[in-house]
Amino acid sequence: MEAISSVPLGYYLSLSAIIFAIGAVGVLTRRNAIIIFMCIELMLNSVNLTLVAFSTFLGDATGQIFVLFVMAVAAAEAAIGLAIFLAMYRNNKTINVDEINLLKW
Amino acid sequence: MDLSLLFFIVLGIIAIIGAIGTVASKNPVTSAMSLVLHFFMLAGLYLTLQAQFMAVLQILVYAGAIMVLVIFVIMLLNLGKESQAEGGGGIRKYAGLAFGAVLGTQVVLLLVLSHNKFGELQSKAAEISTVEAIGQVLFSDYLFQFETITLLLLVAVMGALILARRRRSHESYSN
Repeated sequence: MEAISSVPLGYYLSLSAIIFAIGAVGVLTRRNAIIIFMCIELMLNSVNLTLVAFSTFLGDATGQIFVLFVMAVAAAEAAIGLAIFLAMYRNNKTINVDEINLLKW
Repeated sequence: MDLSLLFFIVLGIIAIIGAIGTVASKNPVTSAMSLVLHFFMLAGLYLTLQAQFMAVLQILVYAGAIMVLVIFVIMLLNLGKESQAEGGGGIRKYAGLAFGAVLGTQVVLLLVLSHNKFGELQSKAAEISTVEAIGQVLFSDYLFQFETITLLLLVAVMGALILARRRRSHESYSN
């Protein structure tokens, strides 16, 4: 088994770029804070795919370590972000980001 | 066409469908379920990259822990369809779509044009993708970062508890 994966690296990177663009469109166009949060997870995961692809093709485990760290940061972000959404919903009865303008001048 | 390329194409197409479903669906629960489908397809893509440990972690952490939390909050807040707010900003929607199209074509074009740079890279995952190899690197070269991540998770748990706690300073038991 000389060539384990016959899929070229560019295919993985292109797929990751497409998924990142879809996530960016979601962050820009949606107004529900939870859906914006899920689109951010989408973008984080596309970057994870890039890191794992490079890690495999370069033969270096460091990329997978970074994916581990990104997952830990995403878990912390999920806990904090959803707690903020709960507090916002309790105060404003909405999590539409257009109607939350406390910090907007 | 060999088998791994076929797997890649099928998994990639379903992953893109899941991502579009996440972004485009009006109902937050449908959106979350599409995202779970996307995460499973991504775990399959990690398997085609010979990164088994990452695939298991993807399912455990993302599809298991994080998405359960998200769906729990969606159910708790009882969010219906976004009816009134989504119709307003037409120009923002088109601007966002145009931005995404430009970003996507730009990056894919860049990759296609630089394809010969990656052409000679061959997959050599056999020696790095075991849990043993990852643990070796994680607990020797990245030990300090690992400990910092544990501190981050501790602070995140405490912060989530403080943020989500119901404050009873002004009114007591009003709701």
